Amino acid sequence: MAWRLGRKKKDMPGGLWSKCSSCGTMIYTKELVANQNICTSCGFHHTLNAQRRMEITADPGTFQEYFADLAPQDRLQFVDSIPYSEKIEKAQKKTGNADACLTGLCEVKGHAVAIAIIDFSFMGGSMGEVVGEKITRTVELAQEKGLPVFIFSASGGARMHEGAISLMQMAKTCAVLQRFRKNGGFSVSIMTNPTTGGVTASFASVCDIMIGEPQALIGFAGPRVIQNTIRQDLPEGFQRSEFLLEKGQLDMIVSREEMRDRLSLLLDYAAAGKK
Amino acid sequence: MARKKLKTSSKPAALPFEQPIEDVRNRLKELESLAGKTAHDLTEEIAFYQERLTTLTQEVYGGLTAWNRVQVARHPNRPLTTDFIQYLFTDFVELHGDGLYGDDPAMVTGFATLEGRRLLLVAQRKGRDVKERLRCHFGSSHPEGYRKALSKMRLAERLQLPIVCLINTPGAYPGVGAEERGQARAIAENIHEMFGIQVPIVVVVIGEGGSGGALGIAIGDRVGMMENAWYSVISPEGCASILWHSADGKEEAAEALKLTANPMHDLGLVDQVIPEPVGGAHAHPKEAMRAVADQIDLWLTELEKLPLDALLEARYQKFRTIASAGSLVTSP
Ligand SMILES: [Zn+2]
Repeated sequence: MAWRLGRKKKDMPGGLWSKCSSCGTMIYTKELVANQNICTSCGFHHTLNAQRRMEITADPGTFQEYFADLAPQDRLQFVDSIPYSEKIEKAQKKTGNADACLTGLCEVKGHAVAIAIIDFSFMGGSMGEVVGEKITRTVELAQEKGLPVFIFSASGGARMHEGAISLMQMAKTCAVLQRFRKNGGFSVSIMTNPTTGGVTASFASVCDIMIGEPQALIGFAGPRVIQNTIRQDLPEGFQRSEFLLEKGQLDMIVSREEMRDRLSLLLDYAAAGKK
Repeated sequence: MARKKLKTSSKPAALPFEQPIEDVRNRLKELESLAGKTAHDLTEEIAFYQERLTTLTQEVYGGLTAWNRVQVARHPNRPLTTDFIQYLFTDFVELHGDGLYGDDPAMVTGFATLEGRRLLLVAQRKGRDVKERLRCHFGSSHPEGYRKALSKMRLAERLQLPIVCLINTPGAYPGVGAEERGQARAIAENIHEMFGIQVPIVVVVIGEGGSGGALGIAIGDRVGMMENAWYSVISPEGCASILWHSADGKEEAAEALKLTANPMHDLGLVDQVIPEPVGGAHAHPKEAMRAVADQIDLWLTELEKLPLDALLEARYQKFRTIASAGSLVTSP
């Protein structure tokens, strides 16, 4: 479930110029950032880190972070080329965050919501114990406060350094969403490039509304794994949002510029039927 | 009805680490066949080799590495779903199809009877011979399989029959059709919905518990693993190719993932390790399957006493808490 994605790590604007991994155009980094990381040439929605995603989603000044103190533990004492504990430290230094998920409460066009954002820049947004726990607590927080919940995903899947502990996060997050739905909660999953593996096969796929960002890679198995299994070329646009929409696997595709308006409208509908 | 062969594969394939045992066994066979044809008294020698066979098997099986157990879990003679149906369950009535798209042969569902108890069986099928293995995609289910499982579980709920799930899959099938028809969503929905199924659910990993492909039918009030089964977020080969950059790292990956029954139990991720006879389930399939049956029977007897609310609350709490200990740590 924790597939490596066959892509270059060029999505995050680094230097003065950034090269679009989709169309190859060189873009002035400042311009790309100002455009919410959407390529000014081809419109590809490049990955955003969790903080940036929060900035462009929440009404200014409304975000209150919760559960920031949850930090990962190397319960398996997992070592490949280097110990998992060192990988964690490196990712923490790089991102300034404890793990790959930013959670809390905010307002979106005046609607109060609970929100969880997976951070792809922290170990590929992989889900271990902390990500699973933060998603779960965010849903519980929504339940407690009577709020809807938004979950933004960008993840390579489960974090294999945590073994079956990471697998069980799939069960935990689905459990809490099942209870939330039963109690009348409203949930929206926004899948961004890329969302694969154990994240797609758990909380990201059991929300009331499933949204894909344009051209986002969304799937269970990674394209390489599939190619190695079937030994054939994959169809054009395979596992991209547009493909999934056509196959009936998404409710809608929403561009980054329209996201706040659309989410706000969905909340209006979700609230309209209540007494 | 599924075709079944009472005999497991005719050739007793010895795993590499079993070769010393196999050598002694062959020597013993030679002596035994010789005993009838010669005037020499071989009783003492035969007794010696019988003793040697027992101690050597205990020795070898007492020191299995994680990778050895993965090999045992995949042994060609290991009892499979079809064998469980054959030996353990009676009055099996297979229920086919998801009612939506197709009938996945890698997921068997149907009414079955165990020790007089009527229940729904949901079990992953790998296939024994080449033809059946290909038809079952080696035990890798498509979305239809997960959807079939869920629709039959809902039926069991209506009929108030308990559910038994037997896990044996290298993982859900990675293919174009599977993705087009929502493999991830099918698995996620099963996990989600199983938390609401209003009858007892017990799960046993009988061989391979490959990731989400296993978890898609593994939300149980009790979850057990046979002693030589594995259950993991990723196969050792998959993990090795990503983190060790070569499938050669599979033995280290198997160790690192803590995917065998005892470490999984120590981590609190499964409730019970179901012991296998010394020499593995492939050497003594009937005894191994009997132990699984006894455990299922014990669990269902326990669970049937619980009021529905308590059953569902316990199922929820089990998965809410089992993999949450480390995250209670506050970051520095
Ligand atoms: Zn571009």
